[in-house]
Amino acid sequence: MEPLAVAVNGLVKRYGMTAAADGLSFEARSGEVTALLGPNGAGKTTTVEICEGYRRADAGSVRVLGRDPHDPELRTRIGVMLQSGGVPTHARAGEFLRLIASFYATPLDPAALLERLGLTASARTSYRRLSGGQQQRLALAAAVVGRPELVFLDEPTAGLDPQARHATWELVEDLKAAGVAVILTTHHMDEAERLADEVVIVDHGSVIASGPPSSLTGAERQLRFRARPGLGLDELLSALPPATIAKESPAGHYVIEGDLVPELLATVTAWCASNGVMTEDLRIERRTLEDVFLELTGRELRS
Amino acid sequence: MTDLTFSPSPGAAPRSRMIRAQTAYELRTLLRNGEQLLLILIIPVALLLLFSSAPLLDLGAGRRVDFLTPGVLALAVMSTAFTGQAIGTGFERRYGVLKRLGATPLPRSGLIIAKTLTVLAVEVLQALVICVVAAALGWSPHGNPGTVILLLLLGTAAFSGFGLLMAGTLRAEATLAAANLVYILLLALGGVIFPLTKFSGGVRSVLELLPISALADGLRQVLQHGAGFPARDLVILAVWAVLGLALAARFFSWE
Repeated sequence: MEPLAVAVNGLVKRYGMTAAADGLSFEARSGEVTALLGPNGAGKTTTVEICEGYRRADAGSVRVLGRDPHDPELRTRIGVMLQSGGVPTHARAGEFLRLIASFYATPLDPAALLERLGLTASARTSYRRLSGGQQQRLALAAAVVGRPELVFLDEPTAGLDPQARHATWELVEDLKAAGVAVILTTHHMDEAERLADEVVIVDHGSVIASGPPSSLTGAERQLRFRARPGLGLDELLSALPPATIAKESPAGHYVIEGDLVPELLATVTAWCASNGVMTEDLRIERRTLEDVFLELTGRELRS
Repeated sequence: MTDLTFSPSPGAAPRSRMIRAQTAYELRTLLRNGEQLLLILIIPVALLLLFSSAPLLDLGAGRRVDFLTPGVLALAVMSTAFTGQAIGTGFERRYGVLKRLGATPLPRSGLIIAKTLTVLAVEVLQALVICVVAAALGWSPHGNPGTVILLLLLGTAAFSGFGLLMAGTLRAEATLAAANLVYILLLALGGVIFPLTKFSGGVRSVLELLPISALADGLRQVLQHGAGFPARDLVILAVWAVLGLALAARFFSWE
């Protein structure tokens, strides 16, 4: 059997008194996108950098493509996109990508990759004169130009405009289709929901939930609508099946959870009609990954 | 649009090709950088022209250009191997370039070899320009070219060691300030254009132990006076080289 692309088990990494990783475990497979989600300071970057061989774990086991992360052979098999970029400020975009490509035996054509990421017109522009989004895309190109088996992307779409974000997503989807294992960290729930086969939610240095996005959001659906505040929900509930829950939060926003059969929708709208309530944004939907994330990690701001 | 296939095909290029690519890249970006060109070429040549054509200083017996050219060659080595390399590498470290390259198949030893080859290539260019300018000013060198090359190589090793030590331990801004300060101080106090005979005996015997003084004096012994083997200067440079490279190897931090 092919080894897992990444297998992290009970990873611990301390900086002084704080544990950046505290018994963290997850797995990533080839041909899949694994998204590490978590608030700032949750331990995502520390974990990724240990997998990349930049730091050593204090405890736990980490295997990358079946090997120790410090095995020099891995340098030829993995692609890395750092949050900090890591491109010399004076280097021109095309020049830097050709340099990185020249370290590999059978790299992608740098010019074609620049074209693909919309950087052809900037090929002769120095890194410091590129826009933030162009800098991100160049760092992404450098991560994949060596045709790696495994790619680590640390916040690949941070600060990108919608077009650049979609270009990045399409590239990640192509990598996955080609059998590459992709590990990305992100703050964007929609990104994880769209790209990831496996989502790993990290907080305070350990995994608090993981699984495919659909299993995390669950099959459960909700009926949501807006109307004037202060509706008599008790009266509505008495007309609905016993297990149904209805709440108003915040004022004027209503959520009904339960067995969402067509009759229930009819009952709610009939009740609204008989009470002269005009609803807006009436919809039935699944919980989003963002709902799950906030439920798990709390709503308070992180320092 | 060209079709790109992302199917994995990992593998490193041959080591020699990686080093060649990195060296060519370093050389290209360095020669494009105006500040670096000012430091490594324009200042040494300007000092040579200025001080050899105008009697601003009493440079002792002999023609001024014969005294100045060895000092300017020593300055050129210092500006490339020490000042330029310290500042360039310091900012590469600060911007995560060294870290990023660490994730490629280029080994660290390959990166250091590429940086060394870059320094040597630039020094060849500097020496050519300085020798041509000096020759135009009537310079008549003496001595064994082999000894000159040995002095230049030992000087390069000594200055590279301390340049990399600074780049790999201090913040980039601190390296920038300190490398420029050291450059000015050693230019003034190292017998580059002002002879050390201007200083009193006690101060002079200390200044003679500086790597720049040893390099400038050794080159002068050979090129100006035709000495065979300036043993004392070679030993001083060798000690600085071993010390600098050992400290750099021990304390250089890549991030």
